[in-house]
Amino acid sequence: MTDTSSPADDSPESTGDSPESTDDPALAVRGLTKRYGDTVALEEVDLAVDDGEFVAVVGPSGCGKSTLLRVLTGLEERFEGRAAVDGVDVRDGGSDGVGMVFQEPRLLAWADVRENVAIGLPGGVDRDDPAAHDRVDDLIETVGLDGFAGHRPGELSGGMAQRVSLARGLAYEPEVLLLDEPFSALDQLTKYEQQDNLLDVWRERGATVALVTHDVEEAAYLADRVVVLGGQPGTVEAVVNVEADRPRERTDKALLAARREITDALGV
Amino acid sequence: MATTRETETGEGGLDLAGAFPDPDRFRWLLGLVVPALLVVVWHLLVVTGVFAAHQLPEPLRVVETLYGMAATGELWGHVAITLQRVFFGVVLGVSVGIVFGTVTGLYGLANDLLDPLLQSLKNIPSLAWVPLFLLWFGIGEGAKVLLIAVGAFFPVYLNLSTGIGNVSEDLLEVAEVYDLGRFESLRRVVFPAAVPSLLVGIRGGVGLAWMFVVAAELIAAGQGIGFLMSDGRVLARPDIIVGSILLFAFFGNLSDLAVKGVKQRVVDW
Repeated sequence: MTDTSSPADDSPESTGDSPESTDDPALAVRGLTKRYGDTVALEEVDLAVDDGEFVAVVGPSGCGKSTLLRVLTGLEERFEGRAAVDGVDVRDGGSDGVGMVFQEPRLLAWADVRENVAIGLPGGVDRDDPAAHDRVDDLIETVGLDGFAGHRPGELSGGMAQRVSLARGLAYEPEVLLLDEPFSALDQLTKYEQQDNLLDVWRERGATVALVTHDVEEAAYLADRVVVLGGQPGTVEAVVNVEADRPRERTDKALLAARREITDALGV
Repeated sequence: MATTRETETGEGGLDLAGAFPDPDRFRWLLGLVVPALLVVVWHLLVVTGVFAAHQLPEPLRVVETLYGMAATGELWGHVAITLQRVFFGVVLGVSVGIVFGTVTGLYGLANDLLDPLLQSLKNIPSLAWVPLFLLWFGIGEGAKVLLIAVGAFFPVYLNLSTGIGNVSEDLLEVAEVYDLGRFESLRRVVFPAAVPSLLVGIRGGVGLAWMFVVAAELIAAGQGIGFLMSDGRVLARPDIIVGSILLFAFFGNLSDLAVKGVKQRVVDW
């Protein structure tokens, strides 16, 4: 990934005072402030994510991590500042190319795993097409649920349901994939496996990924760049570049250094 | 991969669909105990003269009367016409209820326009409609079917409308994020999610249809279980009256069980 070098020159931009580059970043957030009534969830957040970059957003609960993703998916219409995908404002259809894996599985209880995954297939795809079937079955296998395609969500454990949701997000083949703590319900082993799956998909598709997590280790292992949100309302506390080469070893010294840096920024 | 599956199946509880333990299977029989006791008490009360036989006949007398009418074939005509009225009334009421429920559930404007009116109409007792329906539609079958349809309409309308309006916001967001589009999100998310509410409504509608058919038949009919009932009063035959009540109870229950069965089959998640 040659892209991984770019974050270095990006970090000043995250503070909001460098001039815009000519190419629009995949994700551009500037001076984003989001209020729910009197509660300010996010205040003056700046974030730029390059094409093909993998960014993790970490922070304590309630710092507005999820809100940031909701704005980017176009689920929040009212906010101050700018949020754009490939230069198009999320309120003007910029969010169309954005897929999201929610924190909760949010599956259709009446539909089996196969149908739930197929919900994610992009608009033009005929869901009854054999090729679409194969694709869905592949994804079910990718998330380690082969044999469960005909099961309903009620028959699955929380971790399995979360992986169905992950497969649905992957089926969408988005330009930008947002993930809201997608692995938090998984046991350690499955978590590692699914993290590597995500990295494979990211590499193959060259997608831009923004992952929200509270797991510092996960953030350092997966991301090119880690944005630390903090406080209430949430603001960007620090941006940590993870310098480790890919494919990474979980024990890489550079990862340890990045983790320390993130932890320091979180103030723990 | 295999390891993962093993650990997850262990905590997933996939064996839930297995056979039920034996005692539970016959549990429903317990529900028959109290009615059986009541019949015995009823019999004793009449035999010992607490109730005069011309006011309350013995249980066996009722059975004999029904059996006699069934044997001569007289009973079937009454039962058939009542069932037919209920059936067409339910079909009509449920259909219109689905249309109104869907429209008001989907469109806030339609809901604001129609819901207050329908909410107040639903409180009109069934008998209150009868004179008007007789005036408008005469004493033919049409009036009765329409009256029953009015009864079946309201529960379907109310439940479906709220059911569609209350589809989980979380799922709607999923539909939005994955760009399902209006049609697909209705087909795959909204309507399936509202099916349980619809069936609850249909169950209520069928129940009310039986109430309304009595109203219709008591007042203006030459045939039907309700007619049989009022005929029993005219002829001073309490056995016929009680027999008709039992017939209503039987068919009302049967139709309720049928809808419940459909519900359990359709809403099996």
